[in-house]
Amino acid sequence: MGSINAGGRRRSRRFNPDRDVAEWHGAYRPYDLVKEFIIALVVVAILVTGLSIVFSSPDDQPITLKSWSTSSPADFAQTAITELDGTSGTATYGPPYNSTPGAAQSIGPFSPEAWFGVHHPIDTASDYVIGPLQTLPNRPALTAALSAYSAASSEQRAQWTAAYEKSVAHATFSGGQLVVPAGPYGPVGTMITSLTSMARSGALDGALLSSRQFYGTDYTKPLLFIADGTYLSNIAQNQHLSGDQWGMMNETGNYPGQAWLWLYTLWYQVPPMNSSSSGDLQVWAIMMVLTLLLALVPFIPGLRSIPRWSRVYRIIWRQHYRDEAARGPGTGTGPSVPVRTPSPAVSAE
Amino acid sequence: MQGILGSLVDLNHPGHYIHWGFIQLSVANLVVIALMVLVFMVALVVPFRRHGGGER
Amino acid sequence: MTVDLNPDEATAGAAADLPEDADQWTARLRNAALEALPPQRLMPDRQPAYVASWIYVFGVLTLAALAVVILTGMVLAIFGPAWWHDSSAGLFVNSLHLWSVEVFFFAMVVHLWGKFFMAAWRGRRRATWITGVVSFVVSVGAAFTGYLSQQNFDSQWISTQAKDGINATGAGAIFNVTNFGQMLMWHIMLLPLVVAILVGLHILLVRRRGVVPPFAEPAEAGGTEAVNGGLAESGEVR
Repeated sequence: MGSINAGGRRRSRRFNPDRDVAEWHGAYRPYDLVKEFIIALVVVAILVTGLSIVFSSPDDQPITLKSWSTSSPADFAQTAITELDGTSGTATYGPPYNSTPGAAQSIGPFSPEAWFGVHHPIDTASDYVIGPLQTLPNRPALTAALSAYSAASSEQRAQWTAAYEKSVAHATFSGGQLVVPAGPYGPVGTMITSLTSMARSGALDGALLSSRQFYGTDYTKPLLFIADGTYLSNIAQNQHLSGDQWGMMNETGNYPGQAWLWLYTLWYQVPPMNSSSSGDLQVWAIMMVLTLLLALVPFIPGLRSIPRWSRVYRIIWRQHYRDEAARGPGTGTGPSVPVRTPSPAVSAE
Repeated sequence: MQGILGSLVDLNHPGHYIHWGFIQLSVANLVVIALMVLVFMVALVVPFRRHGGGER
Repeated sequence: MTVDLNPDEATAGAAADLPEDADQWTARLRNAALEALPPQRLMPDRQPAYVASWIYVFGVLTLAALAVVILTGMVLAIFGPAWWHDSSAGLFVNSLHLWSVEVFFFAMVVHLWGKFFMAAWRGRRRATWITGVVSFVVSVGAAFTGYLSQQNFDSQWISTQAKDGINATGAGAIFNVTNFGQMLMWHIMLLPLVVAILVGLHILLVRRRGVVPPFAEPAEAGGTEAVNGGLAESGEVR
């Protein structure tokens, strides 16, 4: 039961077969680890080369504001108006982009999203609409529209944008121009039409990326704008990449994806996570707990007993058990073939 | 352009998916997972003969 | 006191003979390392007789796959992140990188299953298990930043979707998945370094403790174990 180890401390724990093991004092066999690694390297290299030759890898072209507004000008305009009036997904997202009240996800009082606050501020009206439009030169009508908009009261702006938002759902595209049924939009119609043309020319992509500096590596602004529309998500849906299609595990086309994300994405398919506004936080909380459990399996009674109960080990070590049975009971006492002296022991830990 | 130069099998066509209850799985992922289970079982079962080592 | 030591004598351990040098951090670190992992244990040429199953090769297969991931990643780094879109050689190396990642996770999970069913944490090997699980989790993160660095439709979709989960935890304030520059640096520098350190620790722990012995025969359970109980805690590998 108890034992005194090298440090003179008495350990009084009983032997637990799921936690402890009698160390091996039996036979050793020659085993060339370096050779094994080199063989493994060659095998993997050949396998990977073969897979690459046969299947290659996917590379679907990215969406641009240009390609989006060219393919779906109405969807672009519908998104643009929500960016202007602050009702888009990004505008109402909350931290880390802006401080929309009540938008941060939470579990009870626990809301790390709110605690960390706004770190990547985005003002959708000025960043996505007004700012880019102001960079366009030689547009007297547009300049006048922008002045009228900035001079108007917030109530007036809300009336214009609300009216436009209703009508833009019926927008069409002809003669290279967005065509929206006439209505009391004030300057908003001109602004959105100009923005759509700007996007179709490719100038908006550049404006959003280099709004602060020449060298851009942060694509947050254009990506969030694109993601506010339905164009990107429709393409993703067709490729089975949506969250509710177990999309996290998938890859474009017929390529294998990330099968190891199966448990993470599973929770998004089941209630209450699949419909809760704090579903993301809930799923992350679950996964953090499960990951911790996996790491701590050695400490968890019951869970750590599954290997012994399942008896899969009897297949793995069947040769060892046969050898033991042939030799008689006792854990590997005495090799039955001459082997070189085992690795020299070091002083007890 | 989608770069499929040099691939013998073009996997860039729309994926095939299995729907089983609430589970949706791509055929590609299903193949990978099935292979993993198969390889695991085969590894357990196939005898491991050490060349030159050990009595039998 | 100055001692004029021949450098060859110094490396032969003469310095350690001087009592006042035994407290040196260098000497202490060296001695601790040598005690934990003497050369024969660090690079053994034999394994216990019970290491005789194909399940045991999946650890080294995972390691080999990781080596291919890193090597192919280095080639991609040489030519830059846009190379594979414009060059068929680049696309091929990208394919090697992607498929070696698939093989890496394949082998790692089979290795995990094997180690679980062997209860490989037994006998003071819990740190080995824990470093393995943490390596797995960090590898998932490393792969994730790789998918984000592709600069194609896939990256656009993954980043705009994943941001919601990460923002919900508050980590989005720092870890901005739509920031390509940041994600690329995490992918090619920070996370590979962390994975390499964790895998290195994991392997050193395997060398230190040895491969976990089999469960005792059912006939012996509760019998010989009581006799061996005193040794069971030692974790000592002979």
